[in-house]
Amino acid sequence: MGVVVGKRIPRYDGLQHVTGRTQFVDDVSYPNMLWVKAYRSPVVKGEILNVDVSQAEKTPGVAAVLTAKDVPANQYGFSNDQPVLAEKGVRFKGEAIVAVAAVDEDTAQEAVEKIRVDFKEETPVFDPIEAMKPDTPRVRPEGNLWMFGEVPYRRIRLGDVEKGFKEADVIVEEVYRTQNQDHAQLEGQVSVARLEANGVITINSVSQCPFLHQLQLAGILKVPLNRLKFIGGTVGGGFGSKNDMHADHITSLLALKTGKPVKWRWTREEEFLASTVQGAWIMEYKDGVKKDGRIVARKIRAIRDAGAYGSLNPYVVDKHCFLVCGPYAIPNVWIDGYCVFTNKQVSSSMRGFGITPASFSNEVQMDKIAEAVGKDPWEIRFINAVRDGDITATRKTLESVALIETMKEAAKAAGIQLPDHLMAMSSEKKEV
Amino acid sequence: MKKRGKGIASIFYPTGMSGGGDPSNALIKMKLDGTIDLMVGSIDIGQGCKTVLAQLAAEELGLAMEQVTVINDNTDSCPMDTGTFASRVTHSMGNAVVMAARELRQEILELAAADLKTSPVNLTIENGEVKIKQSPDKKISLADLAGKATFGMGKILAGRGGYVKAPTAKDEETGACNPFATAAYATTIAEVEVDTETGQVEVLQLISVYDVGKAINPMLCEGQIDGGSVMGLGMALMENLNPYYPGIDFQPTSFADYMIPVSKDTGKIIAKIIERPSTTSLYGTKGIGEMTANSEAPAIVNAVYNAIGVRITDLPITPEKIIRGLEEK
Repeated sequence: MGVVVGKRIPRYDGLQHVTGRTQFVDDVSYPNMLWVKAYRSPVVKGEILNVDVSQAEKTPGVAAVLTAKDVPANQYGFSNDQPVLAEKGVRFKGEAIVAVAAVDEDTAQEAVEKIRVDFKEETPVFDPIEAMKPDTPRVRPEGNLWMFGEVPYRRIRLGDVEKGFKEADVIVEEVYRTQNQDHAQLEGQVSVARLEANGVITINSVSQCPFLHQLQLAGILKVPLNRLKFIGGTVGGGFGSKNDMHADHITSLLALKTGKPVKWRWTREEEFLASTVQGAWIMEYKDGVKKDGRIVARKIRAIRDAGAYGSLNPYVVDKHCFLVCGPYAIPNVWIDGYCVFTNKQVSSSMRGFGITPASFSNEVQMDKIAEAVGKDPWEIRFINAVRDGDITATRKTLESVALIETMKEAAKAAGIQLPDHLMAMSSEKKEV
Repeated sequence: MKKRGKGIASIFYPTGMSGGGDPSNALIKMKLDGTIDLMVGSIDIGQGCKTVLAQLAAEELGLAMEQVTVINDNTDSCPMDTGTFASRVTHSMGNAVVMAARELRQEILELAAADLKTSPVNLTIENGEVKIKQSPDKKISLADLAGKATFGMGKILAGRGGYVKAPTAKDEETGACNPFATAAYATTIAEVEVDTETGQVEVLQLISVYDVGKAINPMLCEGQIDGGSVMGLGMALMENLNPYYPGIDFQPTSFADYMIPVSKDTGKIIAKIIERPSTTSLYGTKGIGEMTANSEAPAIVNAVYNAIGVRITDLPITPEKIIRGLEEK
């Protein structure tokens, strides 16, 4: 232990938080500040035939109405496939089409309700398994599957999985599913943008990654980085909900258009219906196991419900595939991970990315394997645990492995007496 | 009837963005009185990174926590960080801060060595003073040194640090790659009580042991485990944005219909940390920010199976699934 490091030091900003002195983005207010409300698509999927904002513009107190044609480069996001405001069509219910800035939230909402959009509705696709079939209507023009290089799935191949299944005494198969989840963070999406006299836009942001969002916004506005100053650093809960830009682009565009400070504070309903979420997963396992409990082969088809746009979904699928075998040394591995588009709100980052569902499926499967070969759940994990110098399914060599140590400590904390041969094991060396 | 069961789950999680190429940069400058400004672009989303990064800088420079000012509030003053996600800040930005502090430390030692007429290797910094190791009464305070540097020499005392896990090459055929710097490990034991009449599952206890590599602040590590335990329990038993998945009907729109755990739902949470230092971090650190929410759901599902012999394979566990499972047995 050091002088300071290793010590239970109270939070740097703890007193500031608990005495209510911390300034969060929603606490920021400027004179003459305008408020934003968005017109969101009432239909799930369709072509936009006409957008009529004439009555909204005439509403007393409205300063500006923003549509796709006001956006210099109306394409952004981590997969660079999302419009700031939908122009040709919508892919999910709640997708933003128009933004209104007015003297207060009520006036902005009143104007939004006067907007008329004509749609040619199309059949939506909700089920990722359906979406994978070739004749299913397309969620996006490029097709319903993300391309990983030449193929529509991320491949992980190690050893010879069919040979492994032949060597196995028992085959254990199961399909696991995890749900769509909201981050449910305390502080919702909120943004304040102000145009300075020198042309710089100052943005009070809830971003978890302002330097990445600065780059994205510079692309949308077609301005250099020094025209955009993000202010933030203290965020009221993230869990990945603020890795995608939800409001800063709209407030910045409206600040440029009106010359006035602009604030947008999402409602909790918008948060649930239109923000990014943890996408659902379907994971189909087939494991080959020896009688002694060793897993010798694993084949997985994993399917990510990506929702309507790319965002971080391809990254999430990669991360899932890299580690879906869990902390176990399996010599023969075959994984196909799919990123499938559906007409739902956009899936993207959430605490744990693609590994949260993998940890679930993997650990329930371990208990199923234990039962299949008549072993104790502890024993099956100790037998297969990775150790120092072992490789993952992507041939990454592991250092400072501690799985066995956490198991021993957990058992101790729970008052569980593990057998001596398990307690004698360590991550540092293997038994002869 | 109420039946009890125990279940376990053992997991690992990578530190930093999968694929690498996610830099963290840090700057430290010394004020006139020997206190420092630490400039980092990392966002504190409640996890406490300001505290941990300040601790690292203070440790390296022989300062007290009160002598470190953390500036992370804007993209003009702070050097680049990729962001607060992927459990990366303590490891990646931690490395950058230590490097920046060591660069500044070297500058301080060289300046002090000239003043004390010795070599930098003979010096140490303790409690805001640079001392000769063998004769600690020969010393100069950081305040005096900063004053001399600024007013006497027109010099800025500063340090820069930068860390990146090199981007990995990837073989498209096999997926072979080196995607992350290091990984952390954990085991959770869940104890549940299942009401076989109502299908209700109550979590009585979650015991978790997390390997953090090196705990810069054990209290904050335990805080992560406490928070993650609650979030993982929500995933296991409550949260579902599409109750009629894959359809979107009856999607919740408020916390009245999207239930997340409150204190009465959590049962007893026991959080323990162990340390197996990573060779990829200057202090041995790893990141557990995200994974602390990953070990609970499978442990709870396994505990339910242990209690009533029903294996839930799709989350969340609902009373309906429990009752149906019991009926099918």
